[in-house]
Amino acid sequence: MSILVDNNTRLLVQGITGSQGAFHAQQMIQYGTNVVAGAVPGRGGQWAVGNTPVFDTVHEAVATTDANTTIIFVPAAFAVDALLEAADAGIDLIVCITENIPALDMARARSFLDSTESLLIGPNCPGLISPGTSKVGIMAGHIHTPGNVGIVSRSGTLTYEVIYALTARGIGQSTAVGIGGDPIKGLNFLDVLQMFEQDSGTEQVVLIGEIGGADEQIAADYIRTEMSKPVTAFIAGQTAPPGKRMGHAGAIISGGEGTAAEKIEALQSAGVAIARHPEEIAELAAQNI
Amino acid sequence: MKLHEYQSKRVFAQYGVPIPNGEVASTPAEARAIAEKIGKPVVIKSQVLVGGRGKAGGIKLARTPDEAEEVAGQILGMDIKGLTVEKVLVDAAADIRSEIYLGAVLDRDARRVAIMASSEGGVEIEEVAAQTPEKIITVHVHPLLGMQGFQARQLAYGIGLPKKHISAFTKIAQSLYRSFVECDASLAEINPLVINGDNQLEAVDGKILIDDSALPRQKELAAMRDPDEDSPTETEAREAGLSYIDLDGEIGCMVNGAGLAMATMDIIKLYGGNPANFLDIGGGAGAEKVMAALRIILQDSGVKAVLINIFGGITRCDEVANGIVEAINSLHVKVPIVVRMVGVNEDEGRQILADSNLPSANRLSEAVQMAVAAAKGEPA
Repeated sequence: MSILVDNNTRLLVQGITGSQGAFHAQQMIQYGTNVVAGAVPGRGGQWAVGNTPVFDTVHEAVATTDANTTIIFVPAAFAVDALLEAADAGIDLIVCITENIPALDMARARSFLDSTESLLIGPNCPGLISPGTSKVGIMAGHIHTPGNVGIVSRSGTLTYEVIYALTARGIGQSTAVGIGGDPIKGLNFLDVLQMFEQDSGTEQVVLIGEIGGADEQIAADYIRTEMSKPVTAFIAGQTAPPGKRMGHAGAIISGGEGTAAEKIEALQSAGVAIARHPEEIAELAAQNI
Repeated sequence: MKLHEYQSKRVFAQYGVPIPNGEVASTPAEARAIAEKIGKPVVIKSQVLVGGRGKAGGIKLARTPDEAEEVAGQILGMDIKGLTVEKVLVDAAADIRSEIYLGAVLDRDARRVAIMASSEGGVEIEEVAAQTPEKIITVHVHPLLGMQGFQARQLAYGIGLPKKHISAFTKIAQSLYRSFVECDASLAEINPLVINGDNQLEAVDGKILIDDSALPRQKELAAMRDPDEDSPTETEAREAGLSYIDLDGEIGCMVNGAGLAMATMDIIKLYGGNPANFLDIGGGAGAEKVMAALRIILQDSGVKAVLINIFGGITRCDEVANGIVEAINSLHVKVPIVVRMVGVNEDEGRQILADSNLPSANRLSEAVQMAVAAAKGEPA
């Protein structure tokens, strides 16, 4: 069992004819993901990556192939248009890999998405994978192994590092979700933790956070009050210099500076085991089995 | 990206916010000429991209053109927190009756722009937030509706503004929001917004930060970038497509991915070392980018060892290994380099390194310990 993607995933690739889109569509097909269509304006009627049909619009792709999930590889200037098109076409799950989307564009897009049934993961994220069944993302499939540890992370390569350590210890994963590091995004820690709590195939959860914002603190509240499954966490950026990313007025609104120490304290007080380095996550997770 | 005070105020003025009469000078003579033109006492304000200019002596009053020339001479060339003052803003001095804070910021948790106002202007807003948080009034603007009149009035009445100023304040708050959105700002502040001697509102100081992701479509604002905002090394890194932040330690780091780069820094600290920098080569970096990264790391004379940590995916280990070997051959590297690479084409990458007698490690903690030992001059 898993969350969000599985054998029922019918994947559309928006931007399938671009170099990133084509490469990763190929990788996902090789992993066993059911890639049913591509969408690229002006390329309708063509075939991409072997025998994947390409449509001009997401609506046509959905009508013809029953795609229920999409992954977006289009450049930042067109990515918001692409994800709004997917939501308008009734896609259940939208995964946006594109980085450098202006934050105010995401604020507007998210406001619209909240009025639809579509879920968004990203932008600026590696996507997600349910090992052994479906990969909707850009992560290397071979480092994963099926199992029952759920993973949710704001980071890309740091997540691979953790999964690599888990797999090396023989600890498999139910689903690994990279929610991305942008200030305004789709699913956050809280949403994904709720899904893992409900999922019968997930027995424990690993949370990988980083400095900035208050998503980890919000997650800690949920873990303390609602969650029955054990959680292990790592927070990156304990030695990062303050103030390099964002002006101070943002920190006031978030009710704090969003430092690693603050997040670690909140998680610890919610009973979360904190790893000092990524490899230690695997040791701590092993104790929960 | 940060805008200077004079740039920020010009932007605000374009949206209808009243600002003092003033111009920018690069020499004392120019400052004098501007003061003569203004024809009344002026404030000479250093234009550097750090806070605390006033405390550092970078903001001074001048009553006459003679004094303006003299004061500008003192401030130009001054060092403020490591930055040299190249420009001063010569503004008509405001007769300040009271000071208000008005700011807009993207609130990531609310996913909306928050507009904040306070009767306690002229001091840093985090001080107000810490000591008298009840004096900050906040409204959140719906991204599809924009800032409404009632929201601006909520702020105005909330901070106890006299009746006479409500209408002007409402216009200024809505102008601030429009400038924020149209400039793709992540922060826009008027602090202080003053009630002056003529009983009018006026923006005496201003600050704007632009969302870096929006710079491709904000060409006019992007052209205002002050190269001194970042160190020369940070500028070089940005131009090479690398994300680099200078730190004080002795272990240079090259990592792919921001989260992994931060984690690598944390582990260095955990094992008793100190990172000399944050450096993310991004996804899919080839040999050329790796060479540029190594060149930038080695410019820091404090670097005693370099740790390269690559988790291959879009980034291929063999490409990175080739870049490392090429860089070492062309840069005459004298400090020890420890490489740890895992993922796509790791075997090929390790072979390339082994052929050049470079040590590589499998596990991250092992690599970090090797680098920490090497930086202390201990045998690996």
